[in-house]
Parts: sequence; C-alpha cells; structure tokens
Amino acid sequence: MIRSLLSNDLPRSLPLALILGVILICLALAPFLFPGVRTVDTAARICVFIVLVASYDLLLGYGGIVSFAHTMFFGIGAYGVALASTHMGRGFDSIAVGAVAGALLAAILALVIGLFSLRVRAIFFAMITLAVASAVAVLVSQLSGLTGGEDGLTFKTPRELGPAFKFGKEAFDGVLFGVKLNGKLLAYYFIFIGALVLFLAMLRVVNSPFGRVLQAIRENDFRAEAIGYRVVYYRVAATCLSAAVAALAGSLYAVWLRYVGPDTSLSMEIMIDILLMVVIGGMGTMYGAVIGATLFVLAQNYLQNLMGAASELTSGLPLVPELLNADRWLLWLGVLFILSVYFFPTGIVGRLRNNG
Amino acid sequence: MTAAPEHAPKMAEVTFRDRIAPHMPVLLVPLIAIAGFIAIQNPSSWLTLTVSGLAMGMMIFIMASGLTLVFGLMDVINFGHGAFVSVGAFVGISVLMLLGHMTEAPSLMLNLGAILLAVIGAMLATGLMGWAFEKVIVEPVYGHHLKQILVTMGGLIVVEQLIIVLWGPEEIYILRPEALKGAITFAGAAIEKYRLVAVGVGLVVFLAMRWVLRRTKIGLIVRAGVENGEMVQALGYRLRLVFVGVFIAGSALAGLGGVMWGLYQEVITAHMGNHAMILIFIVVIIGGLGSVEGCFIGALLVGLLQNYIAFIEPKAALISNIALMVAILMWRPMGMIPVVKAK
Repeated sequence: MIRSLLSNDLPRSLPLALILGVILICLALAPFLFPGVRTVDTAARICVFIVLVASYDLLLGYGGIVSFAHTMFFGIGAYGVALASTHMGRGFDSIAVGAVAGALLAAILALVIGLFSLRVRAIFFAMITLAVASAVAVLVSQLSGLTGGEDGLTFKTPRELGPAFKFGKEAFDGVLFGVKLNGKLLAYYFIFIGALVLFLAMLRVVNSPFGRVLQAIRENDFRAEAIGYRVVYYRVAATCLSAAVAALAGSLYAVWLRYVGPDTSLSMEIMIDILLMVVIGGMGTMYGAVIGATLFVLAQNYLQNLMGAASELTSGLPLVPELLNADRWLLWLGVLFILSVYFFPTGIVGRLRNNG
Repeated sequence: MTAAPEHAPKMAEVTFRDRIAPHMPVLLVPLIAIAGFIAIQNPSSWLTLTVSGLAMGMMIFIMASGLTLVFGLMDVINFGHGAFVSVGAFVGISVLMLLGHMTEAPSLMLNLGAILLAVIGAMLATGLMGWAFEKVIVEPVYGHHLKQILVTMGGLIVVEQLIIVLWGPEEIYILRPEALKGAITFAGAAIEKYRLVAVGVGLVVFLAMRWVLRRTKIGLIVRAGVENGEMVQALGYRLRLVFVGVFIAGSALAGLGGVMWGLYQEVITAHMGNHAMILIFIVVIIGGLGSVEGCFIGALLVGLLQNYIAFIEPKAALISNIALMVAILMWRPMGMIPVVKAK
C-alpha cells in the first residue's frame, strides 16, 4: 500500500524515513500539535512550498533545465484564483475555474517558451525565462486595473474556509482537543490534502518511464537522442507539467492567504528561495523538496530572530553587526548555497542516502 | 557514337537575397531607425529618440560584451555578470562623490578628468573582483552548465548583499558633473550632452575591441580559442591564462558600463545589476552567444526599439524587448550572428 502510494520510490535510508515521517505527522496534525495563528500559517506555507519546490525539482533535478520563471507560473495560478473569485463571486466553483485556467495558461506559456528556447540550447532557457519572468512581473504591477498593481488583490474564499464558519457544535461543542473547529481549520486541511495529492502525483511522474527518460536526458542528452527519444519533446513536456503544478501550488497559496500581490507570488526573491530549497534539500529527489522546503521556511521564520539577537550582541564590533543584521540573511544563504553546490550537490537527501 | 555533350557549366547567379543575407543583421539597425522615423513622423523627436536609443544601446553593449566573449571562449555562462555592473557603479560613484570639487566646477576638462578617475577606479575594482570571482566561483565548475548557472547566481546574491552591507540599503541619487548637465539643441532636437558622451565611449570601446580581436596576436588566439579551444591548446598556448584575462577584461568593462549606466539613470541601487542582466541576456541571445559584433548590433536594436516604442506606446515598451527577441529567434534560432564551433 505504502509502496504503491510512494510509487515504489522509498526513502531508502532509515534517518531519512524518520525525518520524512516526522514532517508528515507534524504537518498532518499541525493545528492540533502547534495551535496558534503563526505556527499554522507556517505549516501551510511549508505545504505549499513543498509542492512548488517539488515541481521545480522535476525541471531542475530530473530534467537538468534551469528556469527562472517558476515564480511566474506560481503567480499565474495565484492570480487565476484571485481574479476568478473576484469576478465570479466567492465559491468553490470559482476556485476550481481559477486554478484550472491558471494551470492551463501556465502550461501554454511554458510550451511557447520551451519551444523557442529548448530546441536550440538548454541554457537559452535559463536566460529567456529570466527575461520573460521579469517582464511579466513588471506587467502585473503596471496593469493595476486588472491585477491591483503593487497593492495586489484581496478576495473572499468560500464561507466554509473562513474563520467565521463554525461546525461540530452538536458532537464536540465546537472544540476538539482544545482547538476551535472553524473554517480556518478546514482551509488548512484543504491546503494540506491538496499539497499531499499533488506531491504524490509528482512522485508518480518522476518514477514513471517518462521520468526515467528525463533522467537519461539529464545525464547525456546526446545519447538519449541517439537511442531514439526526442529530447526536445521530453524537455518541453517536463516544462509544461512543472509549470502547471507550480500554478496549482500558487492557487493553493492564494486560497490560504486570501490575497495575492507581486511580493507574495511573483518576486525574484521567491525564485531565489526556491532555488535554495531545491539545492539544500537535494536535487533529483522529490524528498529533497520536502526537507528543503521545511527547513527553509522554518529558518526564514525563526532564524531571522536569532540573527537579530547575534547582531545586537556584537554591536561593539565594526561591520560585524551589519553582516549579522536580520535583513542580511540572504547573504548567508547565498554563501551556503554556493558551498552546497560545490560540496554536496546531492543535498541533504543525497547525504542521508549515502550514509544509510 | 554520339559526341560528348558540350561542356557548359552553369553558374547560377547569386540572387539579391543571398547576397544581402550575411549583411542583414547590420542592415537591421538603419531599418529600425527608418521604421521609427516613419512611425514618429517628427524629425526632431525622432533625432532625440535615436540618440538616446544609441546611447542606451552602447551602454548595454559595454556591459554585455564581456559576457558574450567569456561564453564563446570557455563555454562559461556567468549569471553573476550583473554583480560587476553594480559594483562598478557603486565604486565609480563613490569616487565621483569624493571628487566633488572637480565635478561641481563648470570646466569640461575637470569634469571629464573626474569621470575618468571614477571609471579607472571602477574598472580596477571590478577587474580585481572578476579575477577573484573566476578563481573562487567559476573555476571549480568548468564544463558543467547547470552548476555554473546555480553557483554564479549564488555569487550574484552574495555580492548584492555585500553591497548593501557596505553602502547601505537605500538607493543613492547622484548628480552628473556640471558640464554634462543639460542638453544641446541640434536641428530643433534637444539632445542630452551625456548621451553624446555615452555614444562616443561606446563607439571607442567597440572599435578598440574589434581592433584587439582582429589585429593583435592575443586577439587571434582569442578568436581561435572561440572556434576550437583544444587545437589552440595543442599548439602550445595556455588558453586558461587567456581566458582569465578575458574574464578580467569583461568584468572591468561591465564595471565601466555600470558607472555609465548609473550616471545615465542618476540613481544607483544594489539591484541595478540584476535589472541590467535582463537586457544583457536579451542582447546576448539575439546577437548570438559568443559573437561580439552580434552583441553590438543586438544592443543597438534593443536600445533604439525600446526608445521608439516608449514614445509611441509607453505600455508596450515593457514587452517590446521580449517581442524583438522572439522575432529574431524565429528568424535565426541561434541569434543573428551565430558562432560556428569547429567540432
């Protein structure tokens, strides 16, 4: 049962299996284990980013293609839900329409970009996606009539997913294990289950024959072509698939935040975050996405406080406080990123698997 | 026995199309200028826009030329190239601020002297940084595109953050030197003086680069290295050293471009290199990766088109560059002047 759920791609290492198990249990029971607005918000962010990073890993780790437009696809999904909910009224139908439309648009855009760049050279893709993504980000902030510009859009999700909706009054008196049974709880589980399904689907994809061909192309595209696989088709298909899943992750994020804006869904910073998560977790394994996203989001939320404290402690020294300033944490992540590409390109998962 | 058919070799006349094909990229620049003239229909605004387009193109070329050569020579794609642009701008502007008495004086010579000093400072700093960047970041990942992209992107993040640590997170507004402020009027068109300087510097850099590449021995080695590196090495040249030299020169040029770009925009931020990268990539792709001439033509095209479109339809200017790139890649998928590798 578990074997088929995980598409026969088991963790293959005891520590890794334990870590993954702990993450799964924590995320599944997050509202009960860590009640509190901020912790549940962190858990939801982790769920969304696991899907987003896994979809990026499909491209980077399995396909060997670097894209800088992944936040663009993420943003398309988020804006899809926001626009549909604004114009069609709140409801599950508008979420579904927005998510499907966003995923389709993302896939079509990926198809066009992919056909243009991948047929020539895989590195064109990295450069072209960087250019296109920045143009789209500027476009979204300029077209304020449609997208709300820099302010973004605030919209209403179905009543069942809002904090005002209460349920379980008769059976549990509205409280279960000390947690209020309201729409926010339902919204969390909506995100969690959505993320879990998408993640398992992606695990299935990378362990399918299609995923194997992708890996072969990553290792040696010339040889793969010689064996008879059309490299361009496979690469473009991977791009489209990964774009569509990223858009769906964006939709989930929009449902959770009930807001979209350039900073939360389109900015280059998120792109860099995704890159860091993939590399630190481990390229070329879906489990790397889980570990990378979890570690990174936790660090983002809690490490900054630590750095702020360290900065205050060293306030007597020259330059050191600025280096340790909480706003400079990207500096240290950048250093960590370079070091991990050099010294352990397979990331945490690769390390654990080798030792186990 | 029949006689052998009369020997009548036929040489098909080269069609006009075939004859013009190699020169098409060069002809595109005047073509776009003429198209802009037809669309704008006002000679004086057209002249203003053309000069500013050329100035912008020249600056982009200065920033992009190093990137394209580095790729051509060693197949190294440097996503951190924008870091040199930012560092160049910050160092250069800091020098200019120190030389306040020279920039505020109304004498052209003193002003140009100050700019020259700033440029030298910026180029020295970025050249040194290029050397360190090559040693620390690029060298361990030769021949591995994926890692190159990731690592150089990481380098860009680190450098950007270090700039914020050293110069603070706020954007810095700057004033151009006295003699370069304002505009001159020529044939009814107002042309900013600084843009003329930018066009001049760009032309000088392009011609100097062409001269080095075409007429000197080191240029010969570089061109041969782009075409077939292994053969050059087999002939006994240490291509590795040449490559480091080209990397340093390219970084210094990016620094020069950064100073000029900063003075052009009159504001510098730590992220300016990142924004410049987008234009640089577009130019390098449409020019053909590795080709200096292609890069030059591409930069002029981007500069001109962006200025014309911004005048005609401001909203469309955002996507005009992308549209140009798409059109060129449909016409020539490897860029306008593709570099042919002998393999």
